[in-house]
Amino acid sequence: MIPAPFGYKRPGTLAEALALLREHGEDARLLSGGHSLLPLLKARLARPGVLIDIARIPGLSGITETAGGLRIGALTTHHEVEASPLVREACPLLAEAAGRIGDVQVRNRGTIGGSAAHADPASDYPAALLALEAALVASSPDGTRSIPAAGFFTGPYESALKPGEILTAVEVPSPPRGSGEAYLKAAQQASGFAVCGVAALVVPGPGGTIASARVGVTGVAAPAYRARKTEEALAGKPASPDALRRAAALAAEGVEPLDDFYASADFRRQLARVYAERALAEALRRAKG
Amino acid sequence: MNISLCINGQSRAFDAEPRTLLVHLLRDEAGLTGTHIACETSVCGACTVLLDGKAVKSCTVLAVQAEGSEITTIEGLAPGGKLHPLQEQFWEKHGLQCGYCTPGMILAAWQLLERRPDPSEEEIRHGIEGNLCRCTGYQHIVDAIQAAAAQMGGKR
Repeated sequence: MIPAPFGYKRPGTLAEALALLREHGEDARLLSGGHSLLPLLKARLARPGVLIDIARIPGLSGITETAGGLRIGALTTHHEVEASPLVREACPLLAEAAGRIGDVQVRNRGTIGGSAAHADPASDYPAALLALEAALVASSPDGTRSIPAAGFFTGPYESALKPGEILTAVEVPSPPRGSGEAYLKAAQQASGFAVCGVAALVVPGPGGTIASARVGVTGVAAPAYRARKTEEALAGKPASPDALRRAAALAAEGVEPLDDFYASADFRRQLARVYAERALAEALRRAKG
Repeated sequence: MNISLCINGQSRAFDAEPRTLLVHLLRDEAGLTGTHIACETSVCGACTVLLDGKAVKSCTVLAVQAEGSEITTIEGLAPGGKLHPLQEQFWEKHGLQCGYCTPGMILAAWQLLERRPDPSEEEIRHGIEGNLCRCTGYQHIVDAIQAAAAQMGGKR
């Protein structure tokens, strides 16, 4: 499978890339690792006239500590996130989610910015980014803006990015002190994509209670979502297996699950409940350390 | 477009369309047919090569993306015909039957041993998760990688 012909540009700076994007408009697609885009090109699901290869633009990759957490450049590969001592220490949930993406080779090429911008409803990162209350930073000729993850993923393959914007970084605030986190997923056997992926972050409270919990769910519905009903059911409650099960039972409330060849809507609803319960229990276990 | 690559230690220049996939450039232009094509959808791993020391699926990399990079194919693991310990041990432990997946499998294993010189069986299975073998049931492949790790004694 060879893609249809396209033009190829390799800008040296972000400003040049933004100018090219403005010049070519909807005929252009950005290329970084290419692990979301090239399969689309081969299958003729996308037919851009020009690819703008931003992979070598300086300053868009790497992981740095900020006052409130971590800043991860958009071009940082999944492997770099997975293996980073900084991420594993400060934000293990993100490293865990990165390590579950695709396979070794895919993680060597795919980038966090490319994955987020592609907004595949079965990708792993959205669950973790939602639970971590991360923000996605976009640049345009008019400047930069920060988009909360909760408002970034807007639909299947749709994000809040506007035409002409380039996603440049992901900012992840440090999780609350004492919290435990876990990402668990049921993977589609052939592709490794999430049929259901749940990222749970639990903050233990006094006397064996749960102070608060955050639950991000991917793969179940489009777009990925926060299971707010589950979170509300846990706040201030005893951290008992029963309480976890009752709260997790609400993990697919109010969403319309995807229904496809791999899993029916009912099965996805059930997976969301089961994986939410397991992820919450594991997060709690890790919080207790 | 002009594309310059260093393939198995040799500088090479090509003229190729932007849409040319790295695997096609390696096989059809560079004549290195040790890299196999199977699924063409970044699932099976048969086309795995090392791009600047990282295992990648060359069916999902444009040749232009690799401009200026160092590529190692299976041919590059055995300079002068001297087999790499991984190759020796795939031979020794029957890590292949039909051999179609073997070049990709060995380069994925190379990446694994580079990152984890003394991997557990579980780590080996995780390290080759991106490579499909339809003959061996994987056990002999795992054995071969374990034996190669021992032979290499923690070195690449």
